[in-house]
Amino acid sequence: MVTLSINNINVEVPEGTTVLEAAKKVGINIPTLCHFEGKKPLGACRVCLVEIEGGRALAASCSTPVAHGMKVFTNTKRARSARKTVVELLLSEHNGECKTCDRNNDCELQNLAYQMGIEDIRLKGEVAKPHIDKSTPALVRDNGKCIKCRRCVTVCNEVQAVGALFPQGRGFSSMISPAFMSDLETVACVQCGQCAAVCPVGAISERSHIDDVWKALDDPTKMVIVQTAPAIRAALGECFGYEPGTLVTGKMVTALKQLGFDKVFDTNFTADLTIIEEGTELLMRLKDKIVNGKKVALPQFTSCSPGWINFVEYFYPEYTENLSTCKSPQQMFGALAKTYYAEMLCKDIDEIVVVSVMPCTAKKFECQREEMNASGIQDVDYVLTTRELAKMIKQAGIDFTSLPDSKMDSPLGLSSGAADIFANTGGVMEAAIRTVYEIVTGRELPLENLHVEPLMGLDGVKTATLKIEGTQPDWSFLEGVELKVAVAHGLSNARKLFKSIENGEEYHFVEVMTCPGGCIGGGGQPRFTDDSVRQKRLAAIYAEDEGKELRKSHENPDIKRLYERYLGKPLGETSHHLLHTHYKKKEIFK
Amino acid sequence: MSLEKCPECSKEPTEDELLAQFEEILDGYVGKPGGLIPALQTAQKLFGYLPKRVLQLISMKLDIPYSEVTGVVSFYSFFTTVPKGKYMVRVCLGTACYVRGGKDVLAALEKELEIGVGGTTSDGLFSLDVGRCFGACGLAPVIMVNDETHQRVKPEKVKEIIDFYRDIEMTIIKEKAG
Repeated sequence: MVTLSINNINVEVPEGTTVLEAAKKVGINIPTLCHFEGKKPLGACRVCLVEIEGGRALAASCSTPVAHGMKVFTNTKRARSARKTVVELLLSEHNGECKTCDRNNDCELQNLAYQMGIEDIRLKGEVAKPHIDKSTPALVRDNGKCIKCRRCVTVCNEVQAVGALFPQGRGFSSMISPAFMSDLETVACVQCGQCAAVCPVGAISERSHIDDVWKALDDPTKMVIVQTAPAIRAALGECFGYEPGTLVTGKMVTALKQLGFDKVFDTNFTADLTIIEEGTELLMRLKDKIVNGKKVALPQFTSCSPGWINFVEYFYPEYTENLSTCKSPQQMFGALAKTYYAEMLCKDIDEIVVVSVMPCTAKKFECQREEMNASGIQDVDYVLTTRELAKMIKQAGIDFTSLPDSKMDSPLGLSSGAADIFANTGGVMEAAIRTVYEIVTGRELPLENLHVEPLMGLDGVKTATLKIEGTQPDWSFLEGVELKVAVAHGLSNARKLFKSIENGEEYHFVEVMTCPGGCIGGGGQPRFTDDSVRQKRLAAIYAEDEGKELRKSHENPDIKRLYERYLGKPLGETSHHLLHTHYKKKEIFK
Repeated sequence: MSLEKCPECSKEPTEDELLAQFEEILDGYVGKPGGLIPALQTAQKLFGYLPKRVLQLISMKLDIPYSEVTGVVSFYSFFTTVPKGKYMVRVCLGTACYVRGGKDVLAALEKELEIGVGGTTSDGLFSLDVGRCFGACGLAPVIMVNDETHQRVKPEKVKEIIDFYRDIEMTIIKEKAG
C-alpha cells in the first residue's frame, strides 16, 4: 500500500493506482475526457492536470501512478487555470453547435465547459473539418465534433477486439476513423455501438429513427405496435433521474401507450419462444451426434446478439454452422407480428408498423438484413435505442416520474422470468438450462433460486458443467452426460473463448453477448455505463425475474397457445419459415 | 533488399511475384512484438510504395487490425501508399536553401506539377518531396531530380528544369513508337 496526500487529505491505496483513481477514493473528482475504466491510461485529453509538490510541470493524473509521500493538489490556481485552458483549446477546435447537437445536455465536454465557467471561446483558430459518415444503418460519425480522446479506439480494439477505428494521419488533420479515413460500411465493423456509448461528445451516435416513428404514430391509417427488449426496463429510468438499476417496467408501458402506440408488447415474449426453439435445436444437435452418429456443429452458439453474428460472419466464418439458426427475439417478434398477429386481427401487413425499443445499435442493422422479411416485407420497421425512447418521452411532454404503472398487452406481452434475464450476460444460457433440464429429466433445475451461479456476474468468460441424471425415456441417451457450457460477453472475451475451443476445450452450448455485461450494457443504453452501473442493472434484472411466478419459458401459457394455434411444434415447418435464418461469410476487406 | 531482376530475361519482377516474395519475408515477423514497422519498411523497399493489398496481407498475417496498420502508415511521412514517380524531385529546405528562397521554389514546383509534397503526378512521372540539406549550401537553393543536382534554382526556372525531363520522356515514347 502507498500513502499519499491529496489536497492535504491522506489516502492509502494499492501500488500502481493512479492519482486520478486515488482522488476519487477521497471524494475528489478530477475532470477527464479520455479515462477508460480498467484500461491502460492514454493521457490523450490532458484535462486531468494536477499539481504535485516538487514537480516542475503539472501532471496528467490519469497516467501518473501514486508514490509514497506524494503531495497532490488538484485545486490550486495553477491547476485550475491549466485545466480550463485545455478545455478552451478543445472547444476552439470543436466543430459543433450545442443547441442542435444530439448530445445537448448529455455531453461531457459541454458539462466541463459549464463547470469551469467558460463563457467565451477566447481562442480562435482552425476548427476540425466536419466529415459525416452515415454509411451504416446503425451509427453516424461526425469528425468535426471529435476531440480525439480515443475512448472509441480503446473500446473498439481492446474491449471488442474488432479494430474498426484507429487514429489515421497525424496532427491537426488526423482523424479517428476506419483505415484510410474511409466509411464504416467499408470495413469489418460489427455495429455494436460501444463507440457511441463511450464517446464523451457528439462524434458518434446511433442513427436516429425518432422521426420515422413519429411519422408512423401520426399516421391514422397505421397500426403501430411496439416491442421492448428486457434490458430497457432496468435502464430507461436513468434518463429521468432514477438511480441505475431502478426497474421502470410499468411506467415504461404507460409512457409507450401515451406516446400513441396501439399495442405495447414485449420482446420478452419472443425471448421465451427463442428458448423453446433454441433449446430444442440444441437437443436435436446432441441427439444427431450421440444417437445418429452424424457430424454436427458443436458447440451450438447463441444467436440473439446481432453484433456477435456480424463478428462470427467477419472474423470466424468457419463457425457460422455453430450459430443457432434461431432469429433473435426482436426478429421473431417482427415475423410473428406481421403474420400470426396480423392474421388474428385480419389486418393487411402494410397497415402494421413494428417498432422495437432496444438497448442496442446493431439491432438497427439487424432489422434491415435481407433475410429478415418472413412476412414478405421488412418484419421490424424501426428500432429505437433506450436513449431515443427517453427523448421521445421528453418530446411528448410526458412527466415520466409521475406515471402510473401499466401492463403489457396480450397476446404478445406475457413473459417468464427466464425471458427477463436475456438482458444479462449468462442469462440466455440460464434460461435455456432451466427449460432444457426440465424437458430432459422431467424435473425442475435443482439449483437455488433457479440460478446457475457460475454464469452470473461480470467475469469475461464463465463456464459451468451440469451432470444430467434421471432422464426421461425419450432422452435416455443423455443419461450421465455432463453438459458443458460457456458464456462470454464483450467480443475480446469471445476471442478468448474461440482460442480455448481451438485448443481443444469442448462445450455443448456457448452464449456470447456482444457488449460488456450483456444487453444491459448495450451500445444504445443511457450514458455513462461503467461496471458499477452494469452491476446495478444486472441486479435489477435478476430481481424482475425472481419477482415473477412464471420463471420458465416453457411454462408461458401464451407460448403454449402460440404453438397450439399457429406454429405446431418447435422446429416445425412454420417455425422454420418464420423463426429461423441462415448466415454468410463476410469479407473483412471490401 | 533490392528489386531482384530475373537473371535470365532481366525483366522487372511483377507485383504478384514481389507479393509472393514478400509473403515469405513476412513470416519472419509473425508473433514478434514490434514487427509492424520493420515489415512496412521492408515492403516499401521491395515495392517502392505500400500497395493496399500488401497492407491487408500485413494486417492478416501479423494479426493487427487494418485500421491500425493504415494508422501507422499515415502517421509516418516516410511511408507512402502511392507509387513514386519515375523522377523524384526533392527540394532542399535546409537553413541555407530556406533563407535563399527554397520555399518559393517548392511553391513553384507544386504549381508546375499540380501536386503537393509527398504527391505523385497522375502520369506517374514526377514525385515531389522536401529534404533537409543536401550538403550543397554554397549552391543554394538546390533541388535534386533523382541523382542530378540543380543549383541556384529560381522559381521562374522551375518549368525549364521539369520540361527537360518531360522532353526526355517524349523522346523515349517516340522511339518506342518507331
